[in-house]
Amino acid sequence: MGASRSVIVVLVSRLVAPLIQIFSFYVIFHGHYSPGGGFQGGALLAASILLLRLTCGREESQKNFRSDLGLMLGPLGAMTFLVVGLIMISGGSFLDYQHTPLLRLEPAQMRSFAILIVEVAIGLAVMATLISIFDNLSAPSRKEDSS
Amino acid sequence: MRVFTYLVVASFVALLVYASLGLPGRGEVDAPLHREESIAGTPVAATFYTRKAFSDAATPNFVTVILADYRGFDTLGETLVVLTAGIACLLILGRAP
Amino acid sequence: MDSIHAHYPYWVVLTLLVIGLWGMLLKGNLMKKVVGMTIFQSAIILFFILSAYKVGGTVPIYDEALGVGDPSLYINPLPHTLMLTAIVVGVAIVGEALALLIVIYRTYGTLEEPVLVERMK
Repeated sequence: MGASRSVIVVLVSRLVAPLIQIFSFYVIFHGHYSPGGGFQGGALLAASILLLRLTCGREESQKNFRSDLGLMLGPLGAMTFLVVGLIMISGGSFLDYQHTPLLRLEPAQMRSFAILIVEVAIGLAVMATLISIFDNLSAPSRKEDSS
Repeated sequence: MRVFTYLVVASFVALLVYASLGLPGRGEVDAPLHREESIAGTPVAATFYTRKAFSDAATPNFVTVILADYRGFDTLGETLVVLTAGIACLLILGRAP
Repeated sequence: MDSIHAHYPYWVVLTLLVIGLWGMLLKGNLMKKVVGMTIFQSAIILFFILSAYKVGGTVPIYDEALGVGDPSLYINPLPHTLMLTAIVVGVAIVGEALALLIVIYRTYGTLEEPVLVERMK
């Protein structure tokens, strides 16, 4: 995947990509107060990295997000979700957020905190999976005889 | 063969236009979707969630509370579906991870 | 006339659905079929979301001026939640379909359907 030959395109995309990432963090963390949440913010995070992959070339943008990190971060996000659910078994049932082993806040605040953790985990998993799908589809094919 | 496909598509369109005339108008207040109590008198799922979401989870956004708290198990399955799609993509193309 | 005024949003979404169905059935290239499937799925999601509107209802976010004593002031939040799941499933399906297309191209050398059926014999 070659880099774009125009200096303007490369420069502007390198300027805009951190702004897209800030906006995606805003969307994830404001899922409590306005439309947003984990899935939307994860897609925006993936979009910022894919912009760099498309304009700066594949080798140059490995410094931003290495290709083999994708399949490590995705299951990490899903496992965080599962662990958060399993911790709740110590007080109540699976995924019942009011038994978080924190300081004794009231149950409503504990649920709000656990929803935030779950949303961040979902955003991470969605971002890693979308980037790894793109990397697999666009990797250069190896020049070997087909099996 | 293509004439047959054109006929199938045209009849499907006609059937859908006829069926959409039986739907309630957009935004009507007395549509079955916006009912507040079921036939038996118990509150419908949507009224229960709207009434209890803010006092249960201290979060103004009802959609996030439903997605991550009341129906969190479905969201867990959803995340696993996305991961499975990514892994299957890797395996179909034959690249070793 | 009144029924046309009440039902024309459904017909707009129906146009998108028919465009997607046309692309899936009547185009020869496999890539165009995948694009048609994406358009079809967008039409279904839009249909659910546009039918979840209620005159006099507001966004399902808690508003202190309205309170939760009267739940008929908020629109139904359930279709929006279900459509989030549907969008994510759609993304996964498109990724899989494109991976399958790459493998088909590698094996048979073409993506046109009549030529493909010939080469598969």
